[in-house]
Amino acid sequence: MRSLRYWQAISEATVQCMEADPSIFVAGIGVDDFKGIFGTTAEAYRRFGSARVFDIPNCENAMTGIAIGAAAVGKRPLIVHPRNDFMFLSMDQIFNLAAKWRYMFGRNVGVPVVFRGIVGRGWGQGATHSQSLQAVFGHFPGLYVATPASPADAKGLMVSALRGTGPVVLLENRALYELEEVVPEEAVPIPFGKGKIVRPGKDITIVGISLMAYEAKRAAEILADHGVDAEVIDPRSVRPFDEAMLLESIKKTGRLVVADTSWAFCGFAAEVAAVAAEKGWEYLKAPVRRVTPPDCPAPVSRPLEEAFHPSPLTIAQACLDLCKTDSSIRRGVSDVQASFAGPY
Amino acid sequence: MHARLELELRLLREMIRIRTAEQTIADLYPEGEMRTPTHFSIGQEAVAVGVCTALRRDDVVFSGHRCHAHYLAKGGDLGAMVAEFYGRETGCARGRGGSVHLNDPAAGFMASSAILGQTMATAVGSALAFKMDGLDRVAVTFFGDGAVEEGIFHECLNFAVVKRLPVLFVCENNGYSTHTRLEIRQPASVSIRSRAASYGLPSVRVDGNDVSAVFAAAQEAVDQSRQGHGPSFMECMTYRWREHVGPMWDYDKGYRAKAEVDEWIARCPIKRASERLIAEGVCSADDVERFERDSQDEVNRAVAAAKAAPFPAVEDLTVGTY
Repeated sequence: MRSLRYWQAISEATVQCMEADPSIFVAGIGVDDFKGIFGTTAEAYRRFGSARVFDIPNCENAMTGIAIGAAAVGKRPLIVHPRNDFMFLSMDQIFNLAAKWRYMFGRNVGVPVVFRGIVGRGWGQGATHSQSLQAVFGHFPGLYVATPASPADAKGLMVSALRGTGPVVLLENRALYELEEVVPEEAVPIPFGKGKIVRPGKDITIVGISLMAYEAKRAAEILADHGVDAEVIDPRSVRPFDEAMLLESIKKTGRLVVADTSWAFCGFAAEVAAVAAEKGWEYLKAPVRRVTPPDCPAPVSRPLEEAFHPSPLTIAQACLDLCKTDSSIRRGVSDVQASFAGPY
Repeated sequence: MHARLELELRLLREMIRIRTAEQTIADLYPEGEMRTPTHFSIGQEAVAVGVCTALRRDDVVFSGHRCHAHYLAKGGDLGAMVAEFYGRETGCARGRGGSVHLNDPAAGFMASSAILGQTMATAVGSALAFKMDGLDRVAVTFFGDGAVEEGIFHECLNFAVVKRLPVLFVCENNGYSTHTRLEIRQPASVSIRSRAASYGLPSVRVDGNDVSAVFAAAQEAVDQSRQGHGPSFMECMTYRWREHVGPMWDYDKGYRAKAEVDEWIARCPIKRASERLIAEGVCSADDVERFERDSQDEVNRAVAAAKAAPFPAVEDLTVGTY
């Protein structure tokens, strides 16, 4: 078995799926340039050329509809947004057309479009380049929304996206791009709606989405030093959400912390908490806690930015509070982004 | 009969068929059984018929909220459309879509949408797919003068020209966006046609109530797209007789004068075509009446079938989301 970085896994899944299915094409701003979307589209461009991997004018709204119209006549478009924040410009087409197509036109035929959006943060990228839109996309029936947090998951979820009935929004996290692990060489799909136990434990459940799955795992290591055995769950998909895995876990632990890269209000963490309250109330020994960015836009100044994003420390502290231990967290665990200095 | 005359008769018959369908639906609408907001094309039939008659069955059409005429002209199933208005399981969208979300992919009528400008992009996307596959199929998008105010209009023209795609943009300029006149919304000194032309694609303005003129312009545009010369744009000047949404007349509501409506009714595309063909001896007044009767019979059958058809089962409410 060999290891791949997160971006290499995305690239490999794309290339393998494109080899198997000539209807797949890749379009987006800069997909064919020398950076190749942090390397994720470079190999596909090298193999398949400009006929199937091509740059586009700046037109997020139109391009989304163009993808839908191409899918309606047999194509499988893969549209890439180097920052998911630009996808606000594509949301009319995604929500009002792609997500509704299968149901609203009554033929049980969907549009197999895949939208990749990359979540950024760090190095003062600021309010319009540091958002995570999983709750926004997750709200709409008809969409699949996945948030891979490891190289293997990035590959498997991409394979599902490019083989499935769509439409799919894949939210990748830039902070995870250099993460490396063993990734299957074959194109093996990971189904949407199937979560993953990142670390088994018995005292408390931490649900971490996207980058927070990684941070929660680090939080669990801190908690182990304090005698708390945390179970870390990565839902991998926001929609559909793996309720069964959540309920199974809190049945065992009785406590739940949800860590999210986006805000608490009307957010994904709120949804997880609601599922726990509605369907797992009898398991809970303590109130659910959410660990999220504070209720303000992402700042730029370094001390503010470091305080803004949830970290292993804040996640671990929330868990200790919930477990009513007297422990407090040792300092010194660096933010995953502390050494990040681009490229963007 | 000469091919041109046969074509002219076909254009007339199809306009009569669509007019009869829409007028019948408008007459029945107050019964309250069709619970879906309807946007009638009565008075605008020549654009739909002229353009769609220039297309092959495997060409594709997308439309906006005022879509009944486009759907029918492209060959969409009449019975399925009427059943859709009645919210029946036999509707073209099985009662899930309604009047503004018609579709009949087998006929090449891919989709219509209530969001302005949305389906300009989908037509460009289908054209992109056709070009990628080396096919000589063409995509058409119908939209109103209101939609050209949206940003997506410019994004789509730009994309289609840059990529040289086989797509025909058809603007039905009826002078109003809901109740707001064109000159309040757009610079009066620059026509929609000339704004489109600034992107460098062939752009024509035609009398949208002259079905032969619309057909001729569409055929030229479609031919050049088929030959690989890229997109074209048509601005068709026409007029909506009834209210923006719903079956009623609304010249008493203050936003437009009855004299203006009457002036356009006098320029009725069906009246013009039939008078000309009768004058040329291509058909008789009796023939025209027969066309109307035949259409009425067909529409009546569609209405009766729709009313007799079952509603969707409530157990199926969420089925088809995924």
